[in-house]
Amino acid sequence: MADEIKIGAYICQGCGIGDRVDTAQMAQVAQRDAKASIAREHEFLCNAEGVKMIQDDIDNEGVNRVAIVACSRRAKTEAFNFQNVAITRGNIREGVIWVRPDTDEARETTQDMADDYTRMAVAECKYIGVPDNSEEAQYNRTIMVVGGGISGMTAATEAAKAGYPVHLIEKTGALGGAAAKSWKRIPQKSPYRDLEDTGVAELISEIEASDKITVHLNSTLTKTSGAPGRFSADITTESGSTTTENFGAIIQASGYSEYDANQLPELGYGKSPNVVTQAELDAMALEANGGPIKTKDGKDINSVAFVQCAGQRSEKEGHLSYCSGHCCMSSVKQAMYFKDQNPAVDTNVIYTDLRMPGAGGEDFYRGGQEKGVTFTKGSVSEVVTSGSELEVKFKDLILNEDTSEKVDLVVLATGQVANSGLNIDEVGQDEPGEWQSNPESILNLSYRQGKDMPQLTKGFNDSHFICFPYETRRTGIYACGPVRRPMDMQQAIEDAAGATMKAIQAVENAGKGRAAHPRAGDLSYPIFRREGCTQCKRCTVECPFGAIDEDEQRFPQFNEARCRRCGTCMGACPVRVISFENYSVDSVGQQLKIVDIPDEFEEKPRILALACENDAYPALDMAAMNKVEYSAFVRIIPIRCLGSTNLIWITDALNSGYDGVVLMGCQKGENYQCHFVRGSEIAHVRMSKVDDTLQSLSLEPERVSVHEVAITDIERAPQIINEMAETIENIGMSPFKF
Amino acid sequence: MAKKEYSFYPGCSSQKGASGSNYQVSVDAMCDVLDIQLNDIPDWNCCSASIGYAGGGELPRLALSARNLALSEEANPGQDVVATCAACWLATRETKDRLLDNGGLMKETNEALSAAGLKVEANQNVRHMVEVLIEDFGYEGLGQHVKKPLEGIKIAGYVGCQTNRPFGIDGESFENPMYLDKLVETMGAEPITNYDKKVSCCGGALAFSEPEKSQALIKDIIESAYDSGAEMIATPCPVCQMNVEVYQDQINAKYKTKFDIPVVYYSQLMSVAYGKSGKEAGLDGQVIRAKKLEEIASK
Amino acid sequence: MSNLNQAMVEKYRNSFLQEVQANVEEGDWVKMCMQCGVCAGSCPMGPYWEHPPQEIFMMIRAGKREEVLSSDSMWMCTSCYNCIARCPRGLPITHIMHGLAHYADRLGLAPKEQPTRKFANKFWDNLTKKGRVNELKLGLALYFMNGFFEGIKVALANQKLGLNMLKAKRMSIAEMFGGHGVKDSNGLHAILKKAREIELAKADEFKG
Repeated sequence: MADEIKIGAYICQGCGIGDRVDTAQMAQVAQRDAKASIAREHEFLCNAEGVKMIQDDIDNEGVNRVAIVACSRRAKTEAFNFQNVAITRGNIREGVIWVRPDTDEARETTQDMADDYTRMAVAECKYIGVPDNSEEAQYNRTIMVVGGGISGMTAATEAAKAGYPVHLIEKTGALGGAAAKSWKRIPQKSPYRDLEDTGVAELISEIEASDKITVHLNSTLTKTSGAPGRFSADITTESGSTTTENFGAIIQASGYSEYDANQLPELGYGKSPNVVTQAELDAMALEANGGPIKTKDGKDINSVAFVQCAGQRSEKEGHLSYCSGHCCMSSVKQAMYFKDQNPAVDTNVIYTDLRMPGAGGEDFYRGGQEKGVTFTKGSVSEVVTSGSELEVKFKDLILNEDTSEKVDLVVLATGQVANSGLNIDEVGQDEPGEWQSNPESILNLSYRQGKDMPQLTKGFNDSHFICFPYETRRTGIYACGPVRRPMDMQQAIEDAAGATMKAIQAVENAGKGRAAHPRAGDLSYPIFRREGCTQCKRCTVECPFGAIDEDEQRFPQFNEARCRRCGTCMGACPVRVISFENYSVDSVGQQLKIVDIPDEFEEKPRILALACENDAYPALDMAAMNKVEYSAFVRIIPIRCLGSTNLIWITDALNSGYDGVVLMGCQKGENYQCHFVRGSEIAHVRMSKVDDTLQSLSLEPERVSVHEVAITDIERAPQIINEMAETIENIGMSPFKF
Repeated sequence: MAKKEYSFYPGCSSQKGASGSNYQVSVDAMCDVLDIQLNDIPDWNCCSASIGYAGGGELPRLALSARNLALSEEANPGQDVVATCAACWLATRETKDRLLDNGGLMKETNEALSAAGLKVEANQNVRHMVEVLIEDFGYEGLGQHVKKPLEGIKIAGYVGCQTNRPFGIDGESFENPMYLDKLVETMGAEPITNYDKKVSCCGGALAFSEPEKSQALIKDIIESAYDSGAEMIATPCPVCQMNVEVYQDQINAKYKTKFDIPVVYYSQLMSVAYGKSGKEAGLDGQVIRAKKLEEIASK
Repeated sequence: MSNLNQAMVEKYRNSFLQEVQANVEEGDWVKMCMQCGVCAGSCPMGPYWEHPPQEIFMMIRAGKREEVLSSDSMWMCTSCYNCIARCPRGLPITHIMHGLAHYADRLGLAPKEQPTRKFANKFWDNLTKKGRVNELKLGLALYFMNGFFEGIKVALANQKLGLNMLKAKRMSIAEMFGGHGVKDSNGLHAILKKAREIELAKADEFKG
């Protein structure tokens, strides 16, 4: 922005603000202390007249920065939406008058708060601009789907139906995946009683008939590079020929492999051909083609035991610790294979906890019972094989006794193991310039942070499990199906549709140079001051989305379309060379510095609170709506993500005489709720080193505290602030007040 | 209001000299005030209650109730069948539901009935007297006839089992039905609305065969009434009434308690409130005299 | 072993569950139990059941025929219908318990000295005789169901209760001589006979 900065500060008197604080004084503060060119009060700023007053100043007075001193930045965003000017908000309503008592005693400190938030809004204004499109933006509507099972095929057809061309990459010689190896599927329609065809044949013919879908069989990816809108992939066939295609977005539907039942000798697997896995039974059913299912040596089957949780939900060495979600339903399905053909066949499902999820799960369970499938709550210890006879030994958990059952066939419900490629946290990364394709990788990304997508736990792709399914940690690449969590066919189909919608959004956002979720629409991108960079690589390593590569000279290379605009790189940078047009070390730093710090004897401490705008800040707003009071000494600054917190903010705050600093981010760890996945976690690690700073200033460690705050913490968030106020009362004011 | 007629199934305990004969006396008095005409099902037989299960199989038991329904359909067509005894109501309604639900059972039952030249269609509603009161008259309608409000009497409404489960009265919850409390209130008395044992079991027929186990249940029912400040227990069921009233001596002997709480029928409360005499309200049939009711009745 | 019992053992060698489904009142519902245990927690006689309904259902599926049919558990049912009202799967548990008890009794497997078994049978005999219950005779039969001397003892213990009932005119010595009954007792007996025949014929069919 070449024009001279001209800031207009607009102070609202509505919603009771005018009754509680002296807005004339705030206008004076805006001009005198914060150097706004214009400061105006208005009794109802968000009405047409108030908005027009601001627009007139923009049109006629050359105002190009607007500081709205009124309500929370989360309110009235449509009214205060002025084009081509930078806008900041001073939160007087939710941030001041709603959290303070309307008493004579509180009047002075309340006014102090309002004055400070006015100064801060104007100061922030000075340091932000209007972001412009990244020059990197490219528009490519083609979507690549990796994996030709039920998830991948569904994703391909959904994208094609929405008008987006698709390349479908399948490793084997045929589409269909695990679904094609099943005889029937769990019913997806009411009344959820009878089995349905898998639907694989219909999907395949739909794909074959579509002019939008190109199928690559016997093919894998040997290199994937680029960013949303400009992905490039080398598709290599078994015979070694490679074609390169360009894509706007990618859907990874690489599915699962069945757990290796050879690890379960105690359950008779490998000892008798009549101990089979669920997948093997489906193969036998396919072979029987509706007739009676026979044992592998061609004998009749009169009794079947289904052993649930075989090698799963178990902490034993080599077992899967998790539940694969579909197996109880699958056993009922397979018991129906027998019952539908011949009701006289005994089918017994031995389970410890029967889990029949989904809308039709319970009905399907009843359907099984109605058909005479029996269910025994028990834990199986052993399957004894002697000759062709099988004896399932188990403890009946209802009758509390050890017992056994002799059957002709035992079916083991083994679990799903994600086909998620390389675990990039365990394998080393190729150095720049030395990148090589790895046959075990699914995507073979040329990214600096590794060839496949990061995993969350148990080998499943990290896909923002709790809040935003399909959102992985590689922008523009979406995971669906059992690669992101265990699931059945119906869930995989729904998953694929969801991931396709996200991929389409990514394509469209990338074409316009806009951020993807969760800052969808943000046009800003990281700006890097190369000459100041020390090549410490912290930004590259800490970026939760692997957006940053390194160029030949080892400088960070920001792939703007991969960036989610969380600012974690900015927070990580020790030399502060990374910023965004609308968010920077200064845009926050100058706010905290302009706050008036009264001297020690006034007994007005100052607490800086940096609150994540996704959860903590809304929680504080909601607390205000509920009129929950908190200390008048706090000054809250919303930040994009706790991960964007640069240590300099803490140091500056302490140096300028703040008595305490409170940081509020989202839940971290395996059950994270951080919108940027790793931001909160990284900030916690970063802040664990703040003690050094405190020590060097001879300050008490209690003066800085870091918290995980959820959006529902309406009582707790204010309490955290009040606790810091109490702490300061106990340990005394900071000596750094000049 | 025009006279209302119902096909009436009195049941064994209602007969002269039987355990619920005073219930019948009070029902007659109550119906007189409400202008209800009860047309007895001619030559009705026992429903076999629940406890008949051991000797009678499913079909013989259904046949017993079906015979009553058949006789009712013949003699009192178009009228709802009404029972005052919980077990009678339950067995008869269950029979009706099962016959309508299962064509095979309907056929077999009629085959059995044909041995006496009878035929059942199960086309009449089967209702408990309390349903008739609440649904056909309403609390307001019932309240209009009150001449002597039962002021100052604290009454625990003991609903028990079979007037409550499995069919329920007026769509009320099984766990905390309020109709008996509302009736008590309508008659001007004070209901104990937080009565803990409102829908607990008194042991039913097992009071005879398993006296110790049943009396333990009955003790809790009475104790809870005392604990919540009740001076009287009211019930809609003759088995509940008898079990809770007549074993108090034996319970006192065993548990060293001093129980002496009257147990009356809702119809007795209503008869007294409607201005009937103590005798008309069947108060002389109490083993433990309901003195407060007698006082009001004699005023 | 009774003949009927022998026949049933032969027929349903493999599955007690199927035997129950075919022969016990509402037995077809047994397979629908989902083992939540709400019935067990809802029963007023809960502490006295050796096997609560939940376990009985499990034992039926596990083929524990002898144990189930000779159990005195089902005879603990007071017919309070709490289990029915609460069963999330809608099983008519009360009826199934009655059905099992009746079936066990018919096969001669029910425990002979179970007091409720004895009383329930006496009740049935009493009511079917004249078509209506004779409370006095039923009471006396009850007192003497465990033999003469035991009967005198029980009768003495209940003497006051009886006197109270007599005083309140809720018990009548007249019942000893004739007492209440239906007029068409022939018809009633014919109906019951026919009903029993149909039911036994069905059992014969299952023997098949």
